Amino acid sequence: MPYKERLNKRKFDETRKIEAKVGVIPNADGSAYFKIGNTWAYAAVYGPRNLHPKFMQDPSKGILRCNYNMMPFSSSGERVRPGGSRRSKEISLVTEKALLPVLDLREYPNSVVDVFIELPQTEAGSRCAGICAASMALADSGLAMKDLVCAVSVGRVDDKLLVDLDYSEEDYKDGPVADIPIAVMPNNDKITLLQMDGLISKDELKKVLEMGKKACKDIYEIQKRALKDKYRKEAQNE
Amino acid sequence: MNNEVRGHLIRLFESNIRLDGRKFTDYRPVKVEVNATNTAEGSARVIIGKTDVIAGVKMEIMEPYPDTPDEGSIMVGAELLPLSSPEFELGPPGQKAIELARVVDRGIRESKCIDFKKLCITEGEKAWTIVIDICTINDAGNLLDASSLAAIAALRNTTFPEYKDDKIDYKKKTSKKLELKDIPLSVTVIKIGDKFLVDPDSEEEKAIDARLTVASLSDGTLCAMQKGGDYPLTSEDIAKMVDIGIEKGKELRKLVK
Repeated sequence: MPYKERLNKRKFDETRKIEAKVGVIPNADGSAYFKIGNTWAYAAVYGPRNLHPKFMQDPSKGILRCNYNMMPFSSSGERVRPGGSRRSKEISLVTEKALLPVLDLREYPNSVVDVFIELPQTEAGSRCAGICAASMALADSGLAMKDLVCAVSVGRVDDKLLVDLDYSEEDYKDGPVADIPIAVMPNNDKITLLQMDGLISKDELKKVLEMGKKACKDIYEIQKRALKDKYRKEAQNE
Repeated sequence: MNNEVRGHLIRLFESNIRLDGRKFTDYRPVKVEVNATNTAEGSARVIIGKTDVIAGVKMEIMEPYPDTPDEGSIMVGAELLPLSSPEFELGPPGQKAIELARVVDRGIRESKCIDFKKLCITEGEKAWTIVIDICTINDAGNLLDASSLAAIAALRNTTFPEYKDDKIDYKKKTSKKLELKDIPLSVTVIKIGDKFLVDPDSEEEKAIDARLTVASLSDGTLCAMQKGGDYPLTSEDIAKMVDIGIEKGKELRKLVK
């Protein structure tokens, strides 16, 4: 059966419902959550702070350290054993690389900026949700940034190109599927995360990346609004 | 803890007031939200002041322990996530996280509110294990009570997933609820100087001489206790702390009903 319309009734270039909030963890130097459909990511930033062990210190600049973690009850299948997996280590790494281009850590030699991403609930697109939350948390922490980072997954299901795949689409059995999580710096359209699983042609990839960039522009507006909301509320309370 | 702060707290307590203006046996505002995450079979989020924790229940099927072949079991894990405090680090659970998980575990297990025999599927072969995981979102003191409350609220909210042909289908939730015969609740009473307090914030927590976590049932029967802190307690201290624990437990119980 060809994929004529999305099972979830969304338009092909439409994301799931998004909700974002900044300043959700009082202990952190910066924090945010980002919900997209049933996927929910928290991010907290601590630092710049002292880096231990000492041999990891870089005297020319601060370093960024990201950790992506699914809470044990966050999967719709079996319990996720705590303590990290090969998958979560890799996602932590690509998240770090997705965020680095917008930061300038030269002012913080020998220090570390820690970003902790925690997911209470997931249903596809969790690394992208984590990156969106993390970039808002970094902005909330007051670090100088060149841009925000917006992330979404794009891909193809059968002969259709689409944005923000959910589980049913990742699992589609009646035709080829490609799942491509991307992260974008919305102000210069540069891509800071790109992974892909599945089959796609060169032309389709080009097209679907443009669809992703467009969706990221909308996410950017939501992120900006959430950041402004926090400071608007603080100003009102004063 | 620096002694200046502790001295300041004790002087303040002489005029029967706490740093944030509360009375000794007042909790900060407590909020219990059930169904905090829909991927768990049961869940709850508890917010006490600025302390914020989520408890989630996953159901698994395991072989019963050889000494109780006709019983299921529970398992409690606690993660002091580095996201929730600058003092928590990545890595396997340390002493604090393990004590937290075990105190929550005993408060529930020893209350006998869960009939483990009803969790058995095939004697000696298969039984449900209820896995409760506690994750901290923000630690502003009193994780013990927040976690216990979240755990019991999550259990009350738990439904069994579908079990067919030797397999669990987590995507299909049944309407079968986990039965609880009582609502055990834990209250941690702390001693600073000669004063007894409940629900310490982070500052008070660092200044404690001793603490006693008191888990009790709705009729006031005690079901588990844990003393902590560097200083000893007298029998009179314990009697007072138990009274406070039972009394405050009754108030908290209203929030899970």
